[in-house]
Amino acid sequence: MSGWEPVIGLEVHVELATQTKMFCACTVSFGDPPNLHTCPVCLAHPGALPVVNQRAVEYAVRIALALGCTVRPRNVFHRKNYFYPDLPKAYQISQYDEPLAVDGAFDYWVGDERLSCRINRVHMEEDAAKLVHSGESGRIAGSDYSLVDFNRGGTPLIEIVTEPDIASPEAAREFLNQMRNLLVELGVSQCIMEEGQIRWDANISVRPAGSTTLGVRTELKNMNSFRFLQQALESEIPRQTAILEAGGTIDQETLHFDPETGTTSSLRSKEEAHDYRYFPEPDLVPLVMDPAFVEEIRAAQPELPAARIERFVRDYGLSRYDAFVLGAQGPLARFYEAAASGADPKLTANWTMGEYLAHINAAGLEPGHGHVTPARLAALVGLVVDGVISGSAAKQVFALMAEERAEPQEIVETHGLGQISDEGALDAVVARVVADNPAQADQFRAGKEQLLGYFVGLVMKATQGRANPKLANDLVRKALGK
Amino acid sequence: MSALDPLRLTALEARRLLIEGEVSAAELTKVYLDQIERVEGDVHAYILVADDDAAKYATKIDSEMGAQRGALAGLPTAIKDNMVTEGTVTTCASKILAGYQPIYTATAVRKLFDDHVVMLGKTNLDEFAMGSSTENSSVAVTHNPWDLGTVPGGSSGGSAAAVAAGEALWALGSDTGGSIRQPAALCGIVGMKPTYGTVSRYGLIAFASSLDQIGPLARSVADCALLLQHIVGRDPRDSTSVELPAPVQVPTAESLEGLRLGIPREYLGSGVEQGVRDRFEATVALIEKLGGRCAETTLPHTEYALPAYYIIAPAEASANLARFDGVRYGYRAAGADDLIEMYERTRGEGFGAEVKRRIMIGTYALSSGYYDAYYGQAQKVRTLVRRDFASAFDQFDLLISPTSPTVAFPIGSRTADPLAMYMSDICTIPVNLAGLPAISIPCGLADGLPVGFQFMGPAFSENLILRAAHALERAIGFDTAPTFRAASEEAPS
Repeated sequence: MSGWEPVIGLEVHVELATQTKMFCACTVSFGDPPNLHTCPVCLAHPGALPVVNQRAVEYAVRIALALGCTVRPRNVFHRKNYFYPDLPKAYQISQYDEPLAVDGAFDYWVGDERLSCRINRVHMEEDAAKLVHSGESGRIAGSDYSLVDFNRGGTPLIEIVTEPDIASPEAAREFLNQMRNLLVELGVSQCIMEEGQIRWDANISVRPAGSTTLGVRTELKNMNSFRFLQQALESEIPRQTAILEAGGTIDQETLHFDPETGTTSSLRSKEEAHDYRYFPEPDLVPLVMDPAFVEEIRAAQPELPAARIERFVRDYGLSRYDAFVLGAQGPLARFYEAAASGADPKLTANWTMGEYLAHINAAGLEPGHGHVTPARLAALVGLVVDGVISGSAAKQVFALMAEERAEPQEIVETHGLGQISDEGALDAVVARVVADNPAQADQFRAGKEQLLGYFVGLVMKATQGRANPKLANDLVRKALGK
Repeated sequence: MSALDPLRLTALEARRLLIEGEVSAAELTKVYLDQIERVEGDVHAYILVADDDAAKYATKIDSEMGAQRGALAGLPTAIKDNMVTEGTVTTCASKILAGYQPIYTATAVRKLFDDHVVMLGKTNLDEFAMGSSTENSSVAVTHNPWDLGTVPGGSSGGSAAAVAAGEALWALGSDTGGSIRQPAALCGIVGMKPTYGTVSRYGLIAFASSLDQIGPLARSVADCALLLQHIVGRDPRDSTSVELPAPVQVPTAESLEGLRLGIPREYLGSGVEQGVRDRFEATVALIEKLGGRCAETTLPHTEYALPAYYIIAPAEASANLARFDGVRYGYRAAGADDLIEMYERTRGEGFGAEVKRRIMIGTYALSSGYYDAYYGQAQKVRTLVRRDFASAFDQFDLLISPTSPTVAFPIGSRTADPLAMYMSDICTIPVNLAGLPAISIPCGLADGLPVGFQFMGPAFSENLILRAAHALERAIGFDTAPTFRAASEEAPS
């Protein structure tokens, strides 16, 4: 990418995990039979009126505060007008020039580098219904008929708009990944991507490296995984670069990403762009934010992933990388912290990132679920530190612990996995091993030091690996008179 | 039972007769159903007459309810057909809602049902309440019971004509720019638009959300008060609704002693017919005799109110009426090849000319690049209109004016000229822009047709308005029985 750099901005949509919809009392649900959760309001029957969901406002404020935004004292809903069958009122109640919150920033990591992206705004709106088009294309064009499922229609939706501060497709991907972690941590959404609970569009332009002016941007849509986002952006950079290098100009247009081909195609040009005819929603009064309400939410905010990662480095002496792996997501972080409170934090970190993550990934468990509790992992680490079991025995204990509901100490005992550190017990084994191998004993005494390992190996074999290796070493030397 | 005259019976009197057992709900309902039978063919006040249901329900009230009877039990009531009624077809007089069966009932109507009124039917209106003559109905043209060749006004022309013609004891209407008061004036009855927000709009099919307000039409001021009393109240389903600071009182005042009444000179411009002006001036003289003190005042931005209204109302309407897209309910054009064609043909065939005109005006006014010049500017005018009223109410308790610059006009005489039609609401629109309460009462006849007299008050001054209007009404002594002059008859000179 010779001499050109991309400039990327993101628009993230998050469905809030409130019990009821944004403007009516219908249940927010996933996977229920179509059109079960509907009423005159979310079906836009004549005469029906919206009422703002207070809990959704609370969740939105949580997000705004977590992103360091200023929550505006007065905010106004607007109608965004366009016709489509998934939008029953033919307008979406959204926010326009008086949004919930503005001027924040989100810090995220790409490898060891800490980056910051400014947040332009956070606003509230409602989701559209779900369209199911007949036929194979899955798109409305060419289908014989389309069905509308209004269960999703009216689900509270938050839109987070960034400034164009993101400098690479990889960074965009990391931004979203970590934004998702934050939103989950806040308890405002589960952010299950397969269910469309978090979605995004990207704006991208390129410019000569080092330039401070912005080029003409395109808007990319239909990237429903982190990988597709990265792919779409990666395909757009050379496309724009090639046009500009050939002396051409970029059309400001909306592009549709095709995951099959990994390329984008034009959805609509600037000239074809919708005129949404925004105007203040007359059915709702302006939302006046009580400062006490905002402060109450601020006081109740959980620790956010970025702060937690910093704290893991500081308090547990973890590397930046380890702190990120353990601290980025709440459930794993809570597991780790609970375990580390009862054992050496660094060893606990190794065990958590190694055996524990491998185990829950293989078993398809969420962190904190299954037989391996933080207390048991801490106890296991304790047994290793205290020399009760060897490292290799500890791995056996862990494997057994994952399968049965038992304390590591019990497993060590019932499976006889404890180290033999008793000199009396090992002396007899060593004496027998030496007596059984007189020739090798003579060679060792004659100076063939390498044979020490041979004898220790025999001791380990004779004890099924339970001999304390250091003690076995000492006793063999002693028996051979060295 | 003595013979009841539906052309003169008030709701208060009917209620007394019911409570004292002098008449049954079934008998009372039959009086109105019989009158409908007699005159509806000439008047066409209703889109739907629920005769069987009404009769059955009235019988049920008589036989089953006993002490459980609501405060308005058995009073035969008409509902404008832009308020949804569960299970009863509601069309807004539009082809696009032909046959539409609502799945819920509007809050204001629900409240009346809870008080056990008998719903006689759904009344005609200008399609989506857009009009001042009820000629913009896809169903029928309603005729004025005073002169069947003239319009009843609009858009609540069906409700006004039904009450005037004795086809209902009283009725609910809705008022966006005068749609209760102007037809009340033209039909010689009383109609009140309450302060914006005092009656829930939930279930009122929206025309212009920031202006629409449900209100009563009745034979007397006291009846209006009684009906209003039972529909007001904050509704959790309508975020713009509010509780009145004091309950609505049925007025008994007979004096206007000490009341300061302002006459905005802008409301008596050249568009006001001589007959209307004469009746208005005679009424002002009467007010002074009753102890009221009338003086001229000014609402300087009145001339901009009409143009501002004709930006704001269509702008809101263009969005409010976008939901009628043929996807979920109502009319859908057959045979379209794709979605866009389905939309275009459904809306092209489903809406009438006036509705389309306003949707187009509103869409244009909100368009990118025009918003500030039209909608933004209109909102500023709205603020100025509000301030005009506020400063007038520093000096006056209430303002008074003619309700309509003219009496009922001949059917068809203004349909070709939308601007002339829009002028019908010149005296009523400013109050909607300011969200204020106002009432129209009949103050006499001009050329044999009723003239309306309007009181306008500050927000939440419903009780003051009702007391003043009641006192004046008693002094005027207007006979609300209409003449049913045939279309061809000349007005007596």
